[in-house]
Amino acid sequence: MAKSALLKSSLAKKYWMAFSGLFLCLFLVGHLFGNFQLLLPVGDAARDQFNEYALFMTSNPLIKVLSYLTYFSIIFHAIDGLMLTIRNRKARPQGYVNFKPSANTVWASRNMGVLGTVILAFIVVHLYMFWGQMKFGELKDNLYTTANDQEVADLYTLTIQTFQDPQMGLIWAILYGIAMLAIAFHLSHGFASGFQSLGVNHPKYNGFIRKIGYAFAVLIPLGFAIIPFYIYFVLDKI
Amino acid sequence: MNLTLKIWRQKNAETKGKIVNYSVADIEPDMSFLEMLDVLNEQLIMKGEEPVVFDHDCREGICGSCSLQINGEPHGPDRGVTTCQLHMRRFKDGDTITIEPFRAAAFPVIKDLVVDRGSFDRIQQAGGYISVNTSGNTQDANSIPVEKENADMSFYAATCIGCGACVAACKNASAMLFTSAKVSQFSLLPQGEVEADRRVLAMVEQMDKEGFGNCTNTGACEIECPKGISLENIARMNREYMKASVK
Repeated sequence: MAKSALLKSSLAKKYWMAFSGLFLCLFLVGHLFGNFQLLLPVGDAARDQFNEYALFMTSNPLIKVLSYLTYFSIIFHAIDGLMLTIRNRKARPQGYVNFKPSANTVWASRNMGVLGTVILAFIVVHLYMFWGQMKFGELKDNLYTTANDQEVADLYTLTIQTFQDPQMGLIWAILYGIAMLAIAFHLSHGFASGFQSLGVNHPKYNGFIRKIGYAFAVLIPLGFAIIPFYIYFVLDKI
Repeated sequence: MNLTLKIWRQKNAETKGKIVNYSVADIEPDMSFLEMLDVLNEQLIMKGEEPVVFDHDCREGICGSCSLQINGEPHGPDRGVTTCQLHMRRFKDGDTITIEPFRAAAFPVIKDLVVDRGSFDRIQQAGGYISVNTSGNTQDANSIPVEKENADMSFYAATCIGCGACVAACKNASAMLFTSAKVSQFSLLPQGEVEADRRVLAMVEQMDKEGFGNCTNTGACEIECPKGISLENIARMNREYMKASVK
């Protein structure tokens, strides 16, 4: 019983949801610090630094393992979430005429599926816009050599141009901002919820975990959201 | 007080039910919610109509029989009380009150507002007990040292009356608060520790079999629980289950 229990039971689904979710939280931190390099003053130095960093992130074997783990976590988190949602819908085939969930729960906790779907859609668009262009698009065939003699794709110029585009730049920045809002609400419940699912609940630490969760949910998406607006409004035009 | 009641009426498990509107007059604010329903039923009986069927027993808030989803919340708008301890002073003259049965696939409606909560019994039977010899040579309980904190937490978990408000409040109709309270009350004490692994695996398996939903940690159950059973119990069940599964 024990073996199938760790794969199929309702509790096991929660564990995997928590493990994959908390792993993705770590990914967010790494991704954000990498992105901060886009705030450097426009010039060859910033361009070389960011592109060399992008090359490192896509070629280093250890990072590659981490990125496959990240892709897997995203897909697994989404599928597991979908399976949970289907089961949960089945658990109440006849709904209430009058149901007042706002009396005892917060909005984000009840709408993790909706928020997750928005985030998944964003991830697909985001990957297509940048990672896809670098891996399969035009950038792949137009490599240039940096001051450190590294042959790199110019992801930096594509990124800056995207958010400085006179027609679409601001629209993209706003759309990215909305996606980050979805991530913020998702994290506001998900972070602490992950700990609870893994059994980490103690009156002494609960307040601390919740506060860290809220801080994480505000600061990380805010950090991401600032970047496109900074590129559009503050950085010199490329 | 004069009230309009919108009550779920359903003849039996097979037929489809619907909301029916009733008016009740001259309700005393000091009546309990169930007494208000008694008044309605007397009116219906006088008129030769079928009275509304609802669960009740002790009317002291300790048996877990009474249920009812009142204006969208199990046991009504008050915290820490069962429906029998909810009083009409909580409502205003002229109010409209919606009264529905607890909704879950694992709680099928028997008639009107009465649901079959036998699924809770089956979860309990799957492992919510300890195997001790009771043939006259039982050891005195006080001879086994128990940490005060654990004893308190165990007794606190044991205050669960199995009413099903946790399931009714949960957007996923999950029974994890109930199951975790029953797991905790035994696993926290030395007498229950021996069978702890087997217990948690069997009770969770039964819970899943009954068709309850999964916990998404919204916390609605803890807030609506008339006995204030804490989410800490669900976390304890998560730990116990993980420990038991990897063994």
